Amino acid sequence: MSAQAENSVGTASSGAETSHHAPALEVDSLKTHFFTKAGIVKAVDGVSFSVAPGEILGLVGESGSGKSITGFSLMGLIDPPGRVVEGQMIFAGRDLAQLNDVEMRKIRGNRIAMIFQDPMMTLNPVLRVDTQMVEAVLAHQNVSRKTALEMARDALAQVGIPAPERRLTNYPHELSGGMRQRVAIAIAFINKPDLIIADEPTTALDVTIQAQILFEAQELCRKTRTAMIWITHDLAVVAALADRIAVMYAGRIVEMGGADDVIDRPAHPYTEGLIGSVPGHSQHGARLTQIPGMTPSLLNLPGGCAFRTRCKHADQACLAEPEATAHMTEATVSAPARMVRCFHPLGGGANVA
Amino acid sequence: MTSTLSDDVSDVQKLDGTVGDAAPAAAADSPFRRFVFEFVESPVATAALVVLALIIVLAAIAPLITPQNPYDLGQVDVLDSRLPPGEVSMSTGMTFWLGTDGAGRDLLSAILYGLRISLAVGVASGFLAMAIGSAIGLIAAYAGGRVETLIMRLVDLQLSFPAILIALMLVAVLGKGVDKIIIALVAVQWAYYARTVRGSALVERQKEYVEAARCLGLSHGRIVFRHILPNCLPPLIVVVTVQTAHAIALEATLSFLGVGLPQTEPSLGLLIANGFNYMLSGKYWISTFPGIALLLTIMSINLVGDQLRDILNPRLQR
Repeated sequence: MSAQAENSVGTASSGAETSHHAPALEVDSLKTHFFTKAGIVKAVDGVSFSVAPGEILGLVGESGSGKSITGFSLMGLIDPPGRVVEGQMIFAGRDLAQLNDVEMRKIRGNRIAMIFQDPMMTLNPVLRVDTQMVEAVLAHQNVSRKTALEMARDALAQVGIPAPERRLTNYPHELSGGMRQRVAIAIAFINKPDLIIADEPTTALDVTIQAQILFEAQELCRKTRTAMIWITHDLAVVAALADRIAVMYAGRIVEMGGADDVIDRPAHPYTEGLIGSVPGHSQHGARLTQIPGMTPSLLNLPGGCAFRTRCKHADQACLAEPEATAHMTEATVSAPARMVRCFHPLGGGANVA
Repeated sequence: MTSTLSDDVSDVQKLDGTVGDAAPAAAADSPFRRFVFEFVESPVATAALVVLALIIVLAAIAPLITPQNPYDLGQVDVLDSRLPPGEVSMSTGMTFWLGTDGAGRDLLSAILYGLRISLAVGVASGFLAMAIGSAIGLIAAYAGGRVETLIMRLVDLQLSFPAILIALMLVAVLGKGVDKIIIALVAVQWAYYARTVRGSALVERQKEYVEAARCLGLSHGRIVFRHILPNCLPPLIVVVTVQTAHAIALEATLSFLGVGLPQTEPSLGLLIANGFNYMLSGKYWISTFPGIALLLTIMSINLVGDQLRDILNPRLQR
């Protein structure tokens, strides 16, 4: 929705800029359910968002909120018993949900790439770095091995790996965690995709390396105008990196807006709880606030607002389902539109029915 | 621990603009050299490897070094039959260092020629069974669902019968001959490979690098054979050695029972069977020396296999 707003702004200022602001990906009420023996698990239940080229969208939520499944749905890699049951994922004018296996394979790793959490696990331990990178190129581009090898070297240099020729002949176990994640990022960028889905890529790294990786990923996105969905549970990471933040809870986006906006003025009680539980914000010695209770099982979510059982603002109104999109502010050039899924949004400026 | 530390240092060096070298020690010490180094750590395994190498070389060049061609009836004199070790031939004057068998064949020559056949049959059936079995196991693990159930129940069925029984039945149907023995051994052994490979492929399949390979848009064949298979190799190598030894023993058993190789091309099992009749009359050498040769072969293969398992098992890594 915000992208549409951005789009209109772009059109207003200059017609040539329109393609610049057309979203790289537009997801509309995506539903991915898992049909288990215990019942239907609605891992993703009506998620809508869009990402513009060169934009980084932070998809934040705790474990089991459906953020990773959203990513896998986009890649078309939901294994049975799971299935994308509803919704559209418009990418380059086509709905990813409608594509068959062969068409999807052409897009995977080529137009949409993915970076995973644990760089120890995502590189094949028995294949050399060059083998794996060349393979990624040759799977989608009709070039010679030599050209592919040169592309691999350039890609490694691009993500700040010193002496890329030497690193190419290494096995993954000969590289440190940070190096390995750089290689994984280089592989993701090697075919110049339009969209990269990063699934907690810095969680397994120590903080100094994490900062470098974040910086490099951000720069690459800006430079190559690649849209990025950065999936994480770490608000601190997303605050520094993302342009916009979407907060997920129990398979739904409960709040979305500009990164600074959401961090500084959270509208959803859940977002506020998340921010309150980050150590950096509290006084030394003061207790961290925590969200009471536990994430509800996706098998039996409370009716109405899924967060109401843990929310201190919850009342009778919350027994009903909160509106999917409640705009608090219109999008402006500097601040993208805000959305919150709550009957009692926080903050004075809110005027939601 | 130290290696990750130095790697992180290189990450930091990069910040200063200096070119760091991630792992100079690892580059000098290639995986193969480390493998060799770890292997020779055990003196028993090293000795077994030397013995095995010696056996293989002797078997390979047998026609060049043996004093007699035991298959050439023109060189065999029945008058020399059942001579004890060290005896001299009555007709040709050659010395039978390990004695002769009932047909007057020089046992040393016969053993070396027998080793040729035993090893060839064992290795050929071992590798054929590995190729077939691991392909089936990989397909089962990757495909999952009904295909997997069907294949694995077939494996269970196969393994629930004693190997010797199936081999006996097959040889009885197929008839004698080296090729038929190999077919029978492959039919008996593919299931072991299928089960082993399926087991490790199931584990590998769950790993993120397979998901990452799928995210790269690679084809199924490429993921299975290029990404999953190499990661299943360590347990496979161990099974190959064990099953090759097993195949040699099984072939010897079949030949001993008289359903294996023809009399004119005696393998070790047949030699043992031939001498078995003379055991009670004190002519021990006819059975004993081929038996020792068989024992040495199987034992050295097994010891090498054990050491390989220890090296290749990540859980036992020191």
